Amino acid sequence: MAVLDLRRKLAILSDAAKYDASCASSGAEKRTSVGGQGMGSTEGMGICHAYAPDGRCISLLKILLTNFCIYDCAYCINRVSSNTPRARFSVKEVVDLTLNFYKRNYIEGLFLSSGVIRTGDYTMEEMVRVAKSLRLDHDFRGYIHLKLIPEASPELAAEAGLYADRVSINIELPRDDSLAALAPEKSPTDIKRAMGRMRLAIDDHAEPARRAGRRSFARSQSTQLIVGADAAKDGDILARSANLYGAYRLGRVYYSAFSPIPDASHRLPLARPPLLREHRLYQADWLMRFYGFTRPEIVAEGEDLDLSVDPKTGWALKNRASFPVDVQTADKETLLRVPGLGAKAVERILAARKVTRLTLDDLKRVGAVLKRARAFVVTADWTPGALADRDSLRAALVQPQQLSLF
Amino acid sequence: MRVARLASEIDFTSWRAAARTLRAEGVAPQAVVWTVERELFDLAPPSPTPAPASAHFTVPAAFVELAEQVILHRAPDRLALLYRILWRLEREPRLIDNPADPDMARARDMAKAVSRASHKMKAFVRFRLIEGAVGSRSAETYAAWFEPAHRVTEATAPFFVRRFTNLDWTILTPDACVAWDRERLTVSEGADPADAPSEDAQEELWRTYYASIFNPARLNPRQMRQEMPKRYWRNLPEAALIPDLIETAQERAAAMVAARPSKPPERKLKAALRHARDASYDGSLPTSLDDVAAGVEVCRRCDLWRDATQGVPGEGAPKAALMFVGEQPGDQEDLAGRPFVGPAGQMFDRALAEAGVPRDRTFVTNAVKHFKHEPRGKRRLHRTPDRGEVTACRWWLDAERRLVKPRVIVMLGATAALGVMGKPTPIGANRGKALQLSGQARGVVTYHPAFLLRVPDEEARARAYAEFVQDLRLAGELAGV
Ligand code: SF4
Repeated sequence: MAVLDLRRKLAILSDAAKYDASCASSGAEKRTSVGGQGMGSTEGMGICHAYAPDGRCISLLKILLTNFCIYDCAYCINRVSSNTPRARFSVKEVVDLTLNFYKRNYIEGLFLSSGVIRTGDYTMEEMVRVAKSLRLDHDFRGYIHLKLIPEASPELAAEAGLYADRVSINIELPRDDSLAALAPEKSPTDIKRAMGRMRLAIDDHAEPARRAGRRSFARSQSTQLIVGADAAKDGDILARSANLYGAYRLGRVYYSAFSPIPDASHRLPLARPPLLREHRLYQADWLMRFYGFTRPEIVAEGEDLDLSVDPKTGWALKNRASFPVDVQTADKETLLRVPGLGAKAVERILAARKVTRLTLDDLKRVGAVLKRARAFVVTADWTPGALADRDSLRAALVQPQQLSLF
Repeated sequence: MRVARLASEIDFTSWRAAARTLRAEGVAPQAVVWTVERELFDLAPPSPTPAPASAHFTVPAAFVELAEQVILHRAPDRLALLYRILWRLEREPRLIDNPADPDMARARDMAKAVSRASHKMKAFVRFRLIEGAVGSRSAETYAAWFEPAHRVTEATAPFFVRRFTNLDWTILTPDACVAWDRERLTVSEGADPADAPSEDAQEELWRTYYASIFNPARLNPRQMRQEMPKRYWRNLPEAALIPDLIETAQERAAAMVAARPSKPPERKLKAALRHARDASYDGSLPTSLDDVAAGVEVCRRCDLWRDATQGVPGEGAPKAALMFVGEQPGDQEDLAGRPFVGPAGQMFDRALAEAGVPRDRTFVTNAVKHFKHEPRGKRRLHRTPDRGEVTACRWWLDAERRLVKPRVIVMLGATAALGVMGKPTPIGANRGKALQLSGQARGVVTYHPAFLLRVPDEEARARAYAEFVQDLRLAGELAGV
């Protein structure tokens, strides 16, 4: 077999990694290379170093250690039965690539995932070796994210946590029964159990590390749900997310619109990825995490989100009795539920109204989206009055330009 | 008309001195012209007439912070805007707290543009290796050419110092150049793109990565341009690929959709099948505690498995004379896969020790093996299992009872009592005595340790705890442990 050159391997193993939605490099503890031998820093907020033509950010060297895999998950390009070209990096190759890219300021760090070769433990061990070498041999202080192999032993997962800023385990399918159908070798319980152990480990390490004022363990974990590969409805997907956030304190749940893969299994819908649906799910997820909405307020189990309006506007239209809201007097929680008012705009409204009586123009200047907000607010110079008749209002708020996402 | 001169575009110190003087002298914003005269830089710094003593007024710290950002903006009217805000602050001290004011909003937008430009500089600087750099003490020296949207070079340099403390590097821009030699940061006049190296061997690999990590089925160039404005493309080695990637994306995506799945090699399919797991639950009576554990893992007798992490079977001495039955696993038990490890478990351990019962000689389990809860924000709220769930799960509790054959079973709380007795059994009326159970065993009902944690009144809590210990002691005596 011909030996693949590094460039060819990189092409294969980054191509195979592009279906993973997570790329974020935020949430690490802050550190610099001052006083060390190596390099790297993290300042809490991640930096996107480039954007690909799919509009997604590139902040990490996101690659697979290998795309050989013993499993046969239908939605995965790397499944054993797919005729995709295969490659495998050595530990040193990944370490060198990461360092070389980092020195040139192309990336914030490494996101390493892998197909499962031989056994879960064998594969996990190799991945841990990469992170360990970066941290210990090269004093690398940039960001490291490792994708855990759920069936690897708890000891290895714990070791991964020692070197990584974040770990993740992809649950992939929102419903256990579809996981059973499309990824027969994966056990939802194994995945959940590994996440549960990881949360306990992160919790255990958090307190002593805070006291000692130094890093000692990964700060958080995340996961990904594929949208549109099975029959799960948005309500089911969000119910699963709510469950995952609550159970495992995930930093993020990523939603990835299922996109056609080369040499796809015939069990899957070969269609354009449902990007708008993915977008709405992120919006709904955001409402649950930062705006005090509960999942049942947004969408019922077994139902889909309305694609034509954002979920907050959708909620407001269904709860017309809660409006209009007087921006001068309403409390923060109420303001956060007004369409067109983001968290920042709400902060500024709260500050400005101590000094002045807010007008519509003022709202615009603090960053409100008037087109959406005006039917729901009262300001010093404006009351929506009868504008609020439900049907015509809905028609006015539907945003056809969102469809150009495609 | 007064003319105020600054030594450089970003010279905040002279702006501040000049503004202080002007305001002290009562010069209205309309009567000031702000200019920058770089040539002065080489001669002598401008020396504004020292401010009169009355010039010592205070401004909110937030204004100084804002002004330091705004002065880095390229808009020529930024200096006048800042002076106007300063001027207004005297009469409207709360102006600074009003984000809706037009002047404040404009200043904030400028500051935001500046911080965005700084952020983009952190992102889009591309260093190139200068091989065998002369005069460098370091093995590797890097240099980059960059064109920032605003004058953020000096302000952003410390970021690169923190990140690349142990490398030698230079960033050249049209406004200013910054250089770090692993000890000191030096700032010098702006440069020309020709002064920077024009390529780096890693760029070929970087372009390979850039082209491969992108998913053609998700093409969205508008969003890309929004985040990576075209003004930066000229100096990004990967940007040259963009037009071609966009052009061929539709075709590549269509080809993936059109292609029929190819037939996988027989050998590989066989290998895949070997790895397939068959974890279905076959319903035959468990004959060992391992059977119970395996069965609980795949149990679908009720719906609780769905939202739980895992089934939590009982654990302890396999032939224990004393068995404890709790309600259900809690948050920590669900994550760890073991019964009684959370706060209630710790309380239970303490009471056991006080009652003189060694836990390792007992068997501890729950009436229901999966955690019943409800998500609430980032937490899970415990919910009491209903009668149907307790009944469904008795299958496993009965198996554990049959296999362990304890002499005494302690029911911790009402749900445990329901699971063991099969009917509601009030705790208050029955605790403290030995009940007769089927199959020779005796039963003791008592509080659930989690209940003890929740009794609000301290005195009542102490009393309940003492009763709890007493019940455990009685159970220990009955079982002879
Ligand atoms: S709670 Fe009991 S009956 Fe219900 S699924 Fe779990 S093990 Fe089965």
